[in-house]
Amino acid sequence: MEKRGVAVGSLLTVANLSVEEVAAILAATDRLERMAAAERVRILAGRRIALLFYESSTRTRTSFELAAKSLGAMTTLVSDKSSSIEKGESLKDTGLTLRALGAECIVLRHANSGAPYLLAKSTGLPVLNAGDGMHEHPSQALLDLRTMLTRLPGMSGRLVNAKTLDGVTVVITGDILHSRVARSNAMLLPKLGARVVLCGPKELLPEDALGLGLASKGGVEIERDFDKALKQAASQGLAVAMMLRIQRERLAGLELDLGDYISRYQLDQERLAARAPEALVMHPGPMIRGLEIAGEVADGANSAIEDQVRHGLAVRTALLVRALGVGGFESVTV
Amino acid sequence: MSDLLILNGRLVDPASGVDGERDLLLRHGRVAAVEMPGQLRAVKGKEVIDAKGMIVAPGLVDVHVHLREPGQTYKESIKTGTAAAAAGGFTSVVAMPNTVPVNDSVAKLEWMMDAEREACVKLFAMPAATFGSLGEEITDYHELQRAGAVGFTDDGKPVLHDRVMRAALVAAAGIGVPISQHAEDTRLTGGCSMNAGPVAFRLGLRGMTVEAESKIVERDIRLLRDIEKQEGLRPHLHVQHVSTANAMEAIRQAKRSGLHVTCEVAPHHFTLTDEAVGDYDTNAKMNPPLRNDADRLAMIAGLMDGTVDCIATDHAPHALFEKEQEFERAPNGITGLETALGLALQVLHKGNGMPISRVIELMSVQPARIVSLQGRGTLSVDSFADVVVFEPSAEWSFEAAKSRSKSRNTPFDGAPMLGRVLTTISEGRVIYRG
Repeated sequence: MEKRGVAVGSLLTVANLSVEEVAAILAATDRLERMAAAERVRILAGRRIALLFYESSTRTRTSFELAAKSLGAMTTLVSDKSSSIEKGESLKDTGLTLRALGAECIVLRHANSGAPYLLAKSTGLPVLNAGDGMHEHPSQALLDLRTMLTRLPGMSGRLVNAKTLDGVTVVITGDILHSRVARSNAMLLPKLGARVVLCGPKELLPEDALGLGLASKGGVEIERDFDKALKQAASQGLAVAMMLRIQRERLAGLELDLGDYISRYQLDQERLAARAPEALVMHPGPMIRGLEIAGEVADGANSAIEDQVRHGLAVRTALLVRALGVGGFESVTV
Repeated sequence: MSDLLILNGRLVDPASGVDGERDLLLRHGRVAAVEMPGQLRAVKGKEVIDAKGMIVAPGLVDVHVHLREPGQTYKESIKTGTAAAAAGGFTSVVAMPNTVPVNDSVAKLEWMMDAEREACVKLFAMPAATFGSLGEEITDYHELQRAGAVGFTDDGKPVLHDRVMRAALVAAAGIGVPISQHAEDTRLTGGCSMNAGPVAFRLGLRGMTVEAESKIVERDIRLLRDIEKQEGLRPHLHVQHVSTANAMEAIRQAKRSGLHVTCEVAPHHFTLTDEAVGDYDTNAKMNPPLRNDADRLAMIAGLMDGTVDCIATDHAPHALFEKEQEFERAPNGITGLETALGLALQVLHKGNGMPISRVIELMSVQPARIVSLQGRGTLSVDSFADVVVFEPSAEWSFEAAKSRSKSRNTPFDGAPMLGRVLTTISEGRVIYRG
């Protein structure tokens, strides 16, 4: 394999993001959000960003595209369904082709874990991981973090450091095994002081998940009883209930009794009111109402689900600026 | 063929119990004399190798290589694969049958063994245990053995069905050759690309459990016991590339109970763990996968206590474009012929105190015995003049770019090695000079 490194400005994983880098990304997000549209559109004027999507996506793709356009960049969308990928072109060659056409940054969504590393190493371009297989979804974890910082009481104006989320327990519930969102959140949030409790049945949450915790201070626990997890989170400070969809497309023959699953793990109004009435309710989408989450909870006062989508647009704007090395990120090195 | 004298070296020949200064005369492709220093004189016309400070050992034997010919010569050929073997000190290799087409007939076996393939070391082959390695119907063991087969295997895949594996063991027992099993319950490993555990979880890759290996080993051992009891035969099971503590323990117990089980361990399984996958390095992807450190240490323990019969490389070359793919899509396997001795000496001898003679035993006479190679794996008088001369104290780094193999897929590019091969001799011919 070509021994090329990963370009500065890439975001492939949250694992090696320092708290300072997280703070810089969030600060840039604030700055860009406040900026007048006419000014923002000049930041990446004329720059070329390729959106390479091997898997379907609504939120992530649209928000990266809108983010790029709001910065004045040109975008091109390449999907596996309508390109030479269908003819068998490899990821490496697809990346080299995009680079030859002038792409300066590639946003990649791919069904195989680790694909962004291959693309980054073979093109030398900054690559933003927009979700790779069961591995990671770094921009999702950053937007989730920003959602928490804006919605949790007492957070606004707090400095972003290793203690920002002290006293916050994030209960991530559902199909952890197949979830890149769970992995990115479980690796990012403890860096800022949060306690992450993973919750779900053994088939969807193996003990190996504990390895996501920080080498220094852990920060990741498993609690299979959802009621207990919620109750405990609420009793220890601020609680976040992050619900995940069961990824039928990745179950690979795994049989699940959905009726049993719903009774044990669905976040419905009764459970929320009884166990953690103040909890912030989050879901990365797409959500299946009536399965992992009841409709009235998704639409209820505790829900931050639409905020998450909005923050997605803002955070991705900052990530694109960072990837292309402009707008106050010059001093931030990876 | 002219005479060849190897003088002043330390001869280590575990099969004949020799470990000391000896001079060696090779003549007509055989070992003609082994004498104390000073007895054999260099005379005009004789080629002389001065082996002062070197170890002179039987040429190494690898019972598990993939030479990719016929069918995939863009990865490797018999010529290039055996050249890599020679550079690694090997003089006998056993080719696996998962070529294209699968080596499952006398005609295909004879084609592989033909001199036109230009093997530079002695080539042996294990044809497929079942037609097409499909695991359904066993091949013609009698005919294939007559044509040179030294055992049978569906390597790359297991012989999964109890009935078929039993038939294979019975048929092979009748002619005194082993069934070499790739122990993987493929019903448990679909979609998996590395070892199950925290590393796989973090990387979002589906993991192969240790049970997927040990269950097949345990099943095969049960079959051996049944066949001994019911048929009065003594079948020989050879377990390929053991990688888990569970399987190692099952083999240890089976050996204690007197069953004819042998096994091999690959250098990567006693050197690396699944952490080596790092950022999806496809050169750390093979099957069985790199395991955790407890398993790695269990491989070393098995090598130290004699449970493991031999070191085998599972040399599995793949082209760069095949490895430059998404981790889950990249093929399994790494090259190994040129790094086996250097890693064995580095990890087992230097790192774990295994005597050099024992390392040599695990790489020469013991593998030769598993597949009943007559006159190989030893340097006693009259045996084949298969010799490796290496400098045991040489510390060096492997450079994949200089490999004799057609492929470069190794996790050991730049890795420290101990012991450097200077000369490899196959049946009296010098086939490699370092």
